[in-house]
Amino acid sequence: MQRNTDIELRLLIEAIYLKYSYDFRDYSGASIKRRVNHALRQFDCSTISALQERILHDPTAFMQLLQYLTIPVSEMFRDPEHFLAIRQEVVPILKTYPSLKIWIAGCSTGEEVYSMAILLREEGLLDRTIIYATDINPRSLEKAKQGIFSLDNIRAYTHNYQKAGGQRSFADYYTAAYDYAIFDKSLRENVTFADHSLATDSVFSETNLISCRNVLIYFNKNLQNRAFGLFEESLCHRGFLMLGSKETLDFSDYSKQFSPVLKQERIYRKL
Amino acid sequence: MTDRRPVEAVVIGASAGGVEALLTIFSELKPGFRLPIIVVLHLPEERRSQLAEVFARRLPLTVREVRDKQPIVPGTVYFAGPGYHVSVEHDHSFSLSQEEPVHFSRPAIDYLFESAADVYQQRLAAILLTGANRDGARGLSVVKQLGGLTIVQDPDEAQAATMPQAALDLCQPDCVLPLHGIGRLLVELEHTECC
Repeated sequence: MQRNTDIELRLLIEAIYLKYSYDFRDYSGASIKRRVNHALRQFDCSTISALQERILHDPTAFMQLLQYLTIPVSEMFRDPEHFLAIRQEVVPILKTYPSLKIWIAGCSTGEEVYSMAILLREEGLLDRTIIYATDINPRSLEKAKQGIFSLDNIRAYTHNYQKAGGQRSFADYYTAAYDYAIFDKSLRENVTFADHSLATDSVFSETNLISCRNVLIYFNKNLQNRAFGLFEESLCHRGFLMLGSKETLDFSDYSKQFSPVLKQERIYRKL
Repeated sequence: MTDRRPVEAVVIGASAGGVEALLTIFSELKPGFRLPIIVVLHLPEERRSQLAEVFARRLPLTVREVRDKQPIVPGTVYFAGPGYHVSVEHDHSFSLSQEEPVHFSRPAIDYLFESAADVYQQRLAAILLTGANRDGARGLSVVKQLGGLTIVQDPDEAQAATMPQAALDLCQPDCVLPLHGIGRLLVELEHTECC
């Protein structure tokens, strides 16, 4: 027999899908449960059913809930060794292409986008690159477009940037104003920010490189397979796929369609 | 133990002094021990963890660092890596998450214990060891609520008593034992499973 909370959780997820077309049905169960329980306290609802009633009739409340259901935890040059490996092993190959299309899937508030843009600029590739930065959360996308980050984090980002093989002073890329670092808008000249769901949308362009880091951990195996399918379809022959430091293709249906270039750094190529 | 359902998995949480404590417990285990053991030991986030390698050299069992969507198999000891919370899913695989740290810790013991309790319910044994913060107490009380077996290291023996004491303050665990006693209990639990 299912427990009430499990039944209510399923109904909530279903209601969100039917009403707002956000599909959390194949997200990892443990994490979604935890986040809904956290939201219950914030919304001051005693049951998930009560929360469901609230969000079903109030789109603003749903937009608030969406902020709890998505995880905007990100940083610039997260896992510096990963970015160093891109510079050393991937960039020399990218330089052989006349033009580049890069997809940053699940870009959240944009930290990965600006990191990639800075790296490409230093390698002389940014001008001939189009970056598609996609996410399901409109508030995160809005923040990503602005490129304004808290100054509190800049010290850590600077440290990451240097460890990632940064060639200049990190401060060259932003202007500090009050408590914020405003990033150089020329970095996002060739960036298209767009609403896209790995759970419900399809491929929109052929790409040379896809970076999807610490997004797939929130998906169950079915949804991971769907996402890998989209990546496989979008990538050109021998295109690159970058994952988060604990993510792997090993347990998916697509392990045979990609080969690891640097397994430790989670850099793969389409076969 | 006869009135209990057999145990299917063991979760262990520890912080300061945890490596020594785990080595003492694991010294009781023989090759062929079948229960999967999942461990969260608090770690600094920055570094790559060597825990799996260190324990692999000292244990007669397979030792792995947890990977996302990895199936949980018997006879294996899993260590949570730095920077990610670890949860158990209903299909008996792991999922990772980068939600905010809990008690300044990521991985947090509470995340592992609560999700494992949800999946295994009465078929879970949860062990909380030495540590200098309060992570794990809430998780252990959830394990208890859902009928799992709860074991806490005797705070008098623990290198850092805060963590086991926090659990004792929050709930009444089934056993409070010294490390060797916990190791022997694990062996006994495995045999309960065979009956």
